[in-house]
Amino acid sequence: MSARTRRWVLVGLEIGVTALIIAGVWLYSERAVSYVVAPVPDIAARFRETFLFAQFGSDVLPSLLRFALGFVIACIVGVGVGLLLGRSLVLRLLTTPIVSFLRSTPAVALLPLAIVLIGIGTPMSVFIIAFVCCWPILLNTTDGVVELDPTLRATVESYGITGLDRLRLVILPAISPRVLAGMRTSISLALLLLVVSEMIGNSNGIGNFIFQAQQTFAIADMWAGIVLLGVLGYLVNTAFGAVERRLLRWHVSERRA
Amino acid sequence: MLEVQGLSKTYGSGATATRAIDHIEFDVSESEFVSVVGPSGCGKTTLLKCMAGLLEPTSGRTMLLGHQVTRSPPEMAVVFQDYSRSLFPWLTVRRNVALPLRRKPEIADRERLVAETLAAVGLAGFEEHYPWQLSGGMQQRVAIARALAYQPKVLLMDEPFASVDAQTRGELEDLVLSVRRRFGVTCVLVTHDIDEAVYMSDRVVVLTSPPSRVLETVAIDLPRPRNQVTTREHPSFGHLRGHVYQLIKGRAGRSPAPGPEEEFATT
Repeated sequence: MSARTRRWVLVGLEIGVTALIIAGVWLYSERAVSYVVAPVPDIAARFRETFLFAQFGSDVLPSLLRFALGFVIACIVGVGVGLLLGRSLVLRLLTTPIVSFLRSTPAVALLPLAIVLIGIGTPMSVFIIAFVCCWPILLNTTDGVVELDPTLRATVESYGITGLDRLRLVILPAISPRVLAGMRTSISLALLLLVVSEMIGNSNGIGNFIFQAQQTFAIADMWAGIVLLGVLGYLVNTAFGAVERRLLRWHVSERRA
Repeated sequence: MLEVQGLSKTYGSGATATRAIDHIEFDVSESEFVSVVGPSGCGKTTLLKCMAGLLEPTSGRTMLLGHQVTRSPPEMAVVFQDYSRSLFPWLTVRRNVALPLRRKPEIADRERLVAETLAAVGLAGFEEHYPWQLSGGMQQRVAIARALAYQPKVLLMDEPFASVDAQTRGELEDLVLSVRRRFGVTCVLVTHDIDEAVYMSDRVVVLTSPPSRVLETVAIDLPRPRNQVTTREHPSFGHLRGHVYQLIKGRAGRSPAPGPEEEFATT
């Protein structure tokens, strides 16, 4: 079998197996007697009606906004503070106990606190997402700076590459593999916190929608919400993977020389 | 042009203090090629870093064109042994060479300078490659081109050929010898390789084991241009090589036959 044929067979299998599993779930859902299971066509219909039209503006958009804002703030704060800590041993030593404590605290445990502090609504969701997501990015950025290669540092110094040039053209690219790995971890955290914070601390959003649907026994709606979150997670991760591959074309893990 | 004046460097303090180099002194004249050799573990790299302003000496100083070297001066470029860490893997060859030129706004036609320098080291046509797509020898050529395009007065090299195979090493040695005149650059080479030091240099500074001092400065009066075959077959070559070898192995006091070469004992 040539490499090309082999590739097509694998792609075919990938699509085929996925279709088979969906078909299996579909068939099962048609016959199932359990009230927890809704037939796939019902779920698809609810999905189309709610998320693509009626509640796109009221639930999907706010969720996307909270997710994006929280994640972007986490990236900015994480990279910014991470760079500072990476530069200064004293700052690192001073902040290590606090940072270790905060990042080890289970994220969801902070939700009641956030609600008390900020109240119910979008700012609270954004805060909790940003707060929890900044740690992996911050720690990876700090480590990246600390572990910069001594020869690379000497080269930069001997050519007098300083200030913004140094940051933009050398340090950020050099640590980008680690920073992006931190962001990848944060994306999953962000989705998780989005849903939880909407379930208990927001009056709209996809998480709230799922929660309300479950409370009112709108099982097909609940499933539609779960499917939407799955699809969103998949799309966000795929998009991030594409960005990562493009930025790290030069890196060992991506080389196809 | 370059004066190393009583450079000393001690690492650590108290009981665990290690004196790497101890009052090292030598001069390098304009367009001269000077090598520094010594037994392994003698502070060669420490010396080079102090000279380049990358490391603060405990005492002593380096003077470049009459000014004390503090931070890395723009008249100086350094080529490191480990090209894979010294080049920026996220930049193409061309951009690697061009990046340090941002410090030199007075250089007018950078595009052309970069292209010409890459051509001079035999890398025309590889401008848009990434360093990791090239062989080790070619990567070190990129590092050399980057140093030359920076238009330094002094080029410091720290074991620049130690990470490439023997044949590439010979090619790179000759490349450096041929481009240094063209770019009007004074060279200081730090190496553990006695053959290489003798082959390339006008003078060889021999260091003792740590705490390193200058044991002797050996003048190399082999004819130029040097040639991998004829220079190495030259009768003086073997003698000079043997002399340096014996200095390093600690039999300096009873140097067997001081040849026709001038010798400067600088203790």
